[in-house]
Amino acid sequence: MSTIWLIVAILTAMGFAYQFGTVKSRRVAAASGAKLHSLPTHYGVLVALWCGLPALAVLLFFWVFEGSIIRALVTAELPEAVRTLPTAQLAVILNRIVALATGFGVAGTPEAFEVEAAARMTQLKNTGYLAMIAVMAAVAVIGASLVLRSMSPKMRARNQVERVVMIALVLCSGVAIVTTVGIVLSMLSEAIRFFNFVHPFDFFFGTVWNPRFATVGTGASGGYGLLPLLWGTVLITIIAMLVAVPIGLMTAVYMAEYASPAVRAFAKPIIEVLAGIPTIVYGFFALTVVGPFLASAGAMIGIEIRATSALTAGLVMGIMIIPFVSSLSDDIITQVPRAMRDGSLGLGATHSETIRRVVLPAALPGIVGAFLLAVSRAIGETMIVVLAAGNAPVLQANPLQAISTITVTIVNQLTGDIDFTSPQSLVAFALGLTLFTMTLGLNVVALYIVRKYREQYE
Amino acid sequence: MSTTSDPSLASPAADAAAPKAASGSTARVRGSLGRRHAAERRFRLVGMLAVILGLSFVAILFGTILNKGLPAFWQASITVPVTFDPNIVKIPPYPQPQQGESPAAYEAEVLQWRTALAGVNWGRIIENALLAELPPDAAKNRRDVSRLVTSGERFRLRDLVQERPGLVGQTVTVKLLADANVDVWVKGNIDRSLPDRQLPLTPNQRRYVEILQEKGLLTESFSTSLFFNVDSRASPASAGLAGAFVGSLYMMLIVILLSVPIGVAAAIYLEEFAPKNRLTDLIEININNLAAVPSIVFGLLGAAVFIIWFRLPLSAPLVGGLVLTLMTLPTIIIATRSTLRAIPPSIRQAAVGLGASRVQTVTHHVLPLALPGILTGAIIGVAQALGETAPLLLIGMSAFVANVPATPMDQSTALPVQIYLWQGNELRNFFEARTSAAIIVLLSLMIVLNGLAIFLRKRFESRW
Repeated sequence: MSTIWLIVAILTAMGFAYQFGTVKSRRVAAASGAKLHSLPTHYGVLVALWCGLPALAVLLFFWVFEGSIIRALVTAELPEAVRTLPTAQLAVILNRIVALATGFGVAGTPEAFEVEAAARMTQLKNTGYLAMIAVMAAVAVIGASLVLRSMSPKMRARNQVERVVMIALVLCSGVAIVTTVGIVLSMLSEAIRFFNFVHPFDFFFGTVWNPRFATVGTGASGGYGLLPLLWGTVLITIIAMLVAVPIGLMTAVYMAEYASPAVRAFAKPIIEVLAGIPTIVYGFFALTVVGPFLASAGAMIGIEIRATSALTAGLVMGIMIIPFVSSLSDDIITQVPRAMRDGSLGLGATHSETIRRVVLPAALPGIVGAFLLAVSRAIGETMIVVLAAGNAPVLQANPLQAISTITVTIVNQLTGDIDFTSPQSLVAFALGLTLFTMTLGLNVVALYIVRKYREQYE
Repeated sequence: MSTTSDPSLASPAADAAAPKAASGSTARVRGSLGRRHAAERRFRLVGMLAVILGLSFVAILFGTILNKGLPAFWQASITVPVTFDPNIVKIPPYPQPQQGESPAAYEAEVLQWRTALAGVNWGRIIENALLAELPPDAAKNRRDVSRLVTSGERFRLRDLVQERPGLVGQTVTVKLLADANVDVWVKGNIDRSLPDRQLPLTPNQRRYVEILQEKGLLTESFSTSLFFNVDSRASPASAGLAGAFVGSLYMMLIVILLSVPIGVAAAIYLEEFAPKNRLTDLIEININNLAAVPSIVFGLLGAAVFIIWFRLPLSAPLVGGLVLTLMTLPTIIIATRSTLRAIPPSIRQAAVGLGASRVQTVTHHVLPLALPGILTGAIIGVAQALGETAPLLLIGMSAFVANVPATPMDQSTALPVQIYLWQGNELRNFFEARTSAAIIVLLSLMIVLNGLAIFLRKRFESRW
């Protein structure tokens, strides 16, 4: 809580510093009779920055290191017998000391050394807190007064302020890179820990998925085969694409070439609603509506269809992907130059012949790009398959039976009681790395194709 | 095209020179015309079918969810006078802090008082209240009677007394939520012709339900518990979304506070200032890729970085918010960039021509014009984050949490996660409706957000 008040105090101080800076710059200009290099507000902001940024830096430093420094100091003063206790017991004692120091108290009578250490901790905390406030106030005042003193009409305040703005902007756009690096590094490091337990060859080419919750070393490596999961992912993706590509592509063609503006204005947003629905809703829909419907439909014609099967999950995922295919293809079809259509129509081809023989071939690269993006979307989709695919990680080709995918397995391995040091949990990161690599490859190719295509007709 | 094999079609000059041949091929074209037009109609029909199919998927999806979920907004409850009989509620007076007592000791005393309160047989109070309304022979079937009311209501009575200890010995009219099975029964969602053993209610209970309904005590009313209660396992009828709401709210606040400023700043840098070089190209490709990375990968990132390395707590909205921030960032950057790109360069040139610096140009002219577009992109990004489930499951949010998180560091669920948890509940015929109701709530929130985005776009859209 006190941290928030300190930040408020810093912001208030910055407000005052801004005022001082603006007023001072006007006075300097009037006194010297020369024109200021920058606007008075720039001088104000500069003073405020010099006042606030160092103080914030001090606060951040204190916030990060305060706890560990005080703990180290208190631990160093504990009796020899206590200090040499195992880490876990020492931690318990330290927690008791913290409870005493905050005045909350502990159950039972505290020991003499604990009371002493608690008093020491309270004292250190108070001193540290006061010292921090003093340092913050000092750097704020020094920073602000340095700028105020050296202020002259020639001072390039605007350039300095803009440099700070620029640095902030660059740091923000660096977040994207940091995220990607973070994804790759975190997955790699955890996956490597997993590969200490299981040989990569057994993982990538194993045909059995059966991660037993057994103690390490008892032949646990037998069950970590990627192939059944990969096959499940591929099978469901194929089913989804079989649903999404024909419907999506024909929707795009109809919307771009035939539909009247009124129909287009009505139907396009409604179909795009499908893209905005959370996937958990699709999962629930698949589980409670589509699955039972397919099962009873199958029973009617004498085929056994499981309610949770690759077909159910694939079908619903296909519905989800329709708007991706349709709106991307729509954009691409409308980009095909008018002249190509006119040429074909002028030669006497019907509208559909023009579409099939001229427009679609011309748009093909772009459509392939859209298709690949949709595939990458289907591979990474999680909640639909978690709920509707049935979670049966076996290598079998029947789409009417339950199946499991990479994403389902990641969720299964990382929910419930997790121990992040066991291969059962770590395998999720190896699976995630596989998934990331697959989608990354697809995305790079797809984005490259779409980009090339755009340039072609621009 | 392949028509070059037919000279008459290849050039009009050949047509004029050989009228005879032309009439032959014209006849051939005429002859094929019917077939080609039929193909045209077929193609058009297939296109129309695809559109209709897409539209009907939307209709079926919303239709079934509404159909399943709307009834769950009304819930059966029993309104009866409840007497807090001092013979049953035997508790000491509420402790007062003594002089010189340490806070730990006082807390222990309060805890003791609460334990005494929790030890009271609240079920008996509810039974007595119900028995007063039922025929005298019901006293023999106390078990059946007590199970008409959901078990969570006992704790509600306890909380009532905890807030106002003076209630002991008084009689107040309380609306008690009926048990989940009673609710399903009253709604008629159970095939009543099934044999007794398969029905969720005993014959006695069915009789009592009828009596209470005739007396007008057992009624269906708008379910406030769905919105204001936290999740509950022992007492399904009182399970609500309050905890999930607050969890989602915290996460959305974190997403808005972090991803909007960072995303907009990144977009401004890349679009307005960045030099065209390898590094900015790399950042650009990077952002486009991140936008297409599966959300579950961000969940893995969160598990590895925030949970394993930084040792932040599991299930905390803080961690969820950070993960969702990273996930929405590319969406917001891309949306902001396309808005900035749509602003004509003439505006920037005019500002620069009048002596503004580049930063001034952006802050005084470009940003105000881009604001509606940026807001639209931000809202769409937030709506997407609101509905995301998979990454949250990986940072421990699949745990059952039965209180409202007080701070973003507490255990919590989120709306989509609550849907995931409820759909897995064994009490299917009650929770299927409850889950659909939760989905309706989630979808309404998203529709409101998206509607806001559309409104902003329409209201402030400027054509250049």
